[in-house]
Amino acid sequence: MNELKNKVTQLLNDKAIDVFIGYGQGSADRIRAIFVRTAEQAGNLIFNASCTQNLAGYLLKHEVKHLGKLGILANTAALRSMMQLASEFQIRDSEVLVLFVNPDGSLTEFSSFISIETFLGSTDTGITADEKSRIEKLEAMTVKERWEFWNTEFEKCIKCYACRAACPMCYCHRCTTDVNQPQWIPVASHERGNLDYHLMRAMHLAGRCVNCGECANACPMDIPLNLLTYQLIEPIKADFGATAGMKADAMYALSTFKPEDKENFII
Amino acid sequence: MQEFEPKIVAFVCNWCTYAGADLTGTSRIKYSANVKIIRFPCTGRIDFMILMKAFENGADGIIVSGCHPNDCHYSTGNFHARRRWIVFRNLLNFTGIDTERIQFSWVSAAEGFKWADVVNNTVARINEMGPYENYSKIAVSTLLNEEVDSNE
Amino acid sequence: MEKELKKLKYSDLSKLIERFGSQGYAVLAPVHKGKIVEIEAVQSLDAIALDVLLSTQSAKKAAFPKVEKVLEYTLEKAGVKQQAIDPGAYGETILFGVRPCDASGFKSLDAIFGEAPGDQFYLRKKEKTTIISFSCPTADEYCFCTSVGGGPGNTEGSDLQITAISKEELLVEILTEKGKKVSSLFADLLTDAGEVDKAKFLADVKVVFELDSVVQKTTSSFNNMELWLDQSLRCIGCGACAFVCPTCACFDFQDEQNTKKGVRLRLWDSCGFSLFTLHTSGHNPREVQSQRWRQRLMHKFSYMPEQLKVVGCEGCGRCSRACPVDMNVKEHLTSIGQLTI
Repeated sequence: MNELKNKVTQLLNDKAIDVFIGYGQGSADRIRAIFVRTAEQAGNLIFNASCTQNLAGYLLKHEVKHLGKLGILANTAALRSMMQLASEFQIRDSEVLVLFVNPDGSLTEFSSFISIETFLGSTDTGITADEKSRIEKLEAMTVKERWEFWNTEFEKCIKCYACRAACPMCYCHRCTTDVNQPQWIPVASHERGNLDYHLMRAMHLAGRCVNCGECANACPMDIPLNLLTYQLIEPIKADFGATAGMKADAMYALSTFKPEDKENFII
Repeated sequence: MQEFEPKIVAFVCNWCTYAGADLTGTSRIKYSANVKIIRFPCTGRIDFMILMKAFENGADGIIVSGCHPNDCHYSTGNFHARRRWIVFRNLLNFTGIDTERIQFSWVSAAEGFKWADVVNNTVARINEMGPYENYSKIAVSTLLNEEVDSNE
Repeated sequence: MEKELKKLKYSDLSKLIERFGSQGYAVLAPVHKGKIVEIEAVQSLDAIALDVLLSTQSAKKAAFPKVEKVLEYTLEKAGVKQQAIDPGAYGETILFGVRPCDASGFKSLDAIFGEAPGDQFYLRKKEKTTIISFSCPTADEYCFCTSVGGGPGNTEGSDLQITAISKEELLVEILTEKGKKVSSLFADLLTDAGEVDKAKFLADVKVVFELDSVVQKTTSSFNNMELWLDQSLRCIGCGACAFVCPTCACFDFQDEQNTKKGVRLRLWDSCGFSLFTLHTSGHNPREVQSQRWRQRLMHKFSYMPEQLKVVGCEGCGRCSRACPVDMNVKEHLTSIGQLTI
């Protein structure tokens, strides 16, 4: 951790960055994102097993960008988000200084997107075994049982949009949910309004989700939203050979195609 | 008790399936009248949310149909649509929405008989499945008739 | 009316719920739902989560639900015909097992919705709601009710308050006429309480800031954008805090219709959303999150005290617990209190 604090202090002193996005101690046993702008503040940086929040979303927040040149402590999820954002032209190569804490505690500074891509290619970036088993459990249910499950979960939804706000991929200035000409998605948090919203969001993330889990973590009503997009990751990989957030120049699976794409339900 | 007549909404592309449906008519081939056809310039233009809107407004079944691959009037629209449907169908199934109620097909302008078959088979299948009760519980019409007080 | 102190046996508590039900009252209470605690209709005591610190969502939904029909209309040959919805068509309800901060949260809502001409949808529902709160034997690090004029045994807003004074016995305080009416349903189960030192059974919630000073300093900090930016850099602009808050009352109207009929709905809204103040012209007076964060705190700690003579916060800490990025209002207010102005 001292290596991290020293490195960030040095970067700030050298004016290599104006602000560093990292983790700090939060309320009770929580970790929170902190925005370090002085050497003194660098002393608040921590890194431990609880530092799992995907900080990449902050790279696109207007008031954060305005602070100047950005540095970020990225975990694997954040690195993948950055690759996906790069492939969508939201961040440029070498625009952000990226630090990564290795399992042994040492620091790696990624100098460019290529180095991040190489690293990701050799790391386990899949969904956890627990998440896999939860999806399998749902897939083993009948269609009616799944409907019951999801409607019971969506009943809790209060349309706070914390899932959308926490997702680094949801950066549209005018989200389709907020468009009212036409009002595609009912604003109301009744069953139809909730179902439509979550289906729409999952589709807009299909092929872009990097399974960071921030949506489910953010949900104040404890709805397992991540499962909706995670479930699409395997089919998209199997059917189209595409995995989000691995390469900075990847093409989006749903805006490309192969003439030989296969399916078994179109007569 | 009125016998159940399925309400089917068909989203079709103008250049192939719509023309094909025309051919069905001009060839005087009889087919079920349960379908309302909505014409799009191309299947690539069909947004997945539109299918949800159909269910929400009382449809018991849906047909989505366009040009065969390589025959799209706009070259590639149906290729994009195909990918979209593959993904959307997966999501719908996972969320508990009955994908058996949605029929996807490629029907060309020359396939008058095929269109009649697609419609007849879909109507027969939906007839057997019955009205889409799960969806009618949350449909727009239900909201308009009952209390939305979320205290229950 | 003069407060009455009675005792009730814990084992008789289930009878209360049964009697409420048989007398036609709907009972809303905290209910476990997986990892969260919702407030929902219950039929029996065992459905109620009395052991939780507090519910995830506040009790405001009893009089201000997340989705509410306010108007219906049909399209007829002559034109659009409106049908008013009777705001009083609501059954007698008992909010049971909520905390003092839930009960006192209604005073902010009463002030906002009570402003002339009065929001009938809220007021009529509130009229028919009797609040039976349970005082707090425990608190956590997010609670700060004592710093905003409340407390674990605060009876403001409650019609009845119940305090556990032993494993078998409960103290029942009958506080209002409404409370007296409901208590008559179980008067046979109550005995006189005599002298009871309620404070012994309450959590110790330390005061962390001086309220008047925080209100004054918040008011003087309008132009201190550095303060608001510093506090809100991690805020992602969702509506979680506003929606779980017992005193937040912002709402939106949405119409939903088919070709023949339509309905107007009132829904919760949040000043934290970027579109909240977006004008049709495209201008947005609160374009960035720091402005919206400033608004949130100033609304509760400056504008409401000034205009409605009530502080818009109960110190329940729900906002901070629900916040995905750990914004902590207790912390933020404490640091405002420490500013030298």
